[in-house]
Amino acid sequence: MSVLNDFLNGFWNENPVFRLVLGMCATMAITTQAINGIGMGLAATFVLVCSNFVVSVMRKIIPEKVRLAVFIVVIATFVTIVDLVMEGFFYEIHKALGVFIPLIVVNCIIIARAEAFASKYPVINSIADGLGMGLGFTISITVLGMIRELLGNGTIFGITIFSKSYQAFLLALIPGGAFIALGLLLGMMNKINEKLGYKG
Amino acid sequence: MGKLIIIIMSTVLVNNFVLARIIGICPFLGVSKKTETAVGMGMAVIFVITLAASVTWTLFTYILAPLNITYMQTIVFILVIAVLVQFVEMVIMKTSPALYQALGIYLPLITTNCCVLAVSVITVQLSYTFIETVVFALGTSVGFTLALILFAGIRERLSLSEIPKSFEGTAIALITAGLLSLAFLGFSGLVK
Repeated sequence: MSVLNDFLNGFWNENPVFRLVLGMCATMAITTQAINGIGMGLAATFVLVCSNFVVSVMRKIIPEKVRLAVFIVVIATFVTIVDLVMEGFFYEIHKALGVFIPLIVVNCIIIARAEAFASKYPVINSIADGLGMGLGFTISITVLGMIRELLGNGTIFGITIFSKSYQAFLLALIPGGAFIALGLLLGMMNKINEKLGYKG
Repeated sequence: MGKLIIIIMSTVLVNNFVLARIIGICPFLGVSKKTETAVGMGMAVIFVITLAASVTWTLFTYILAPLNITYMQTIVFILVIAVLVQFVEMVIMKTSPALYQALGIYLPLITTNCCVLAVSVITVQLSYTFIETVVFALGTSVGFTLALILFAGIRERLSLSEIPKSFEGTAIALITAGLLSLAFLGFSGLVK
């Protein structure tokens, strides 16, 4: 049961984007299209699960003082793997995400979970936590990507939703729009949580 | 010379890392509650980014590229940055206690500032020369500092105003940053 809880934690209670407010750069910069959100999210999920696994396996061997350096090397290794694999097999998305793939190394979500979770809990729980957090992250940024793509382009995943006569709302696609859209979503999440808390 | 001036204008105003490229948001949101801390963080960032970019550029050009192991760049760069930050912290602590007092607490935070890694990666990608790299790094970090201080000023005023409950904290900060980013869009005609 607790493994399931660890898995579900990342979706709402400790959703990395909306509740913990981590990994903001990747969240806002690449979400001009929904498909980028999925690409980025899955890349981060892979790194998160692998690094949580390795850190958890080695949690009793890693000396306390150099643990952050060890985490960074582990994470950087997996990011390099993702970078090379994506360049080889998903060239279009790799090009769209650009510099943000190497930047997964400094995505606070990953090092935060290594430090706060994987270095303290057993392997199974850590993998569940990594998977939950990663998918929570993926869903959050894909939703943001869908909203921005719909408003800015009239499409979702490249499928036309609004007809040709739709006047594109350019603000949604520029960086300023990313900040505002995420701010509004956060406010909405807070409101929903307020209501839920009030009832329960 | 002309290219260097264009790089500076571009990195400080037009392609401002925080407001136009959305890199380095965590410290931007995290240490922007007071103007004083924003200034301290900004100074530390200018120092570290410029140093880190020159070191990583040198390593890439003279070690990684000749040995054909450029795929190691992410790992090498992040390690160099982490070591450099520690080293800078120790040097400042020994040589200038006053400066350490001012910058000390911000230095460890910089390792996870994506700006630093991003500058290293981007300068290598664009195959800049050494001088161009240093100017790019300087411009980027000054641009970061500018955005951070402006934003801190706005947030200080914001903390006194009434905000709907569900928008308190990060939500309103993000919307404010969005408006600031729109304002910076006005510079976009400056460099072609």
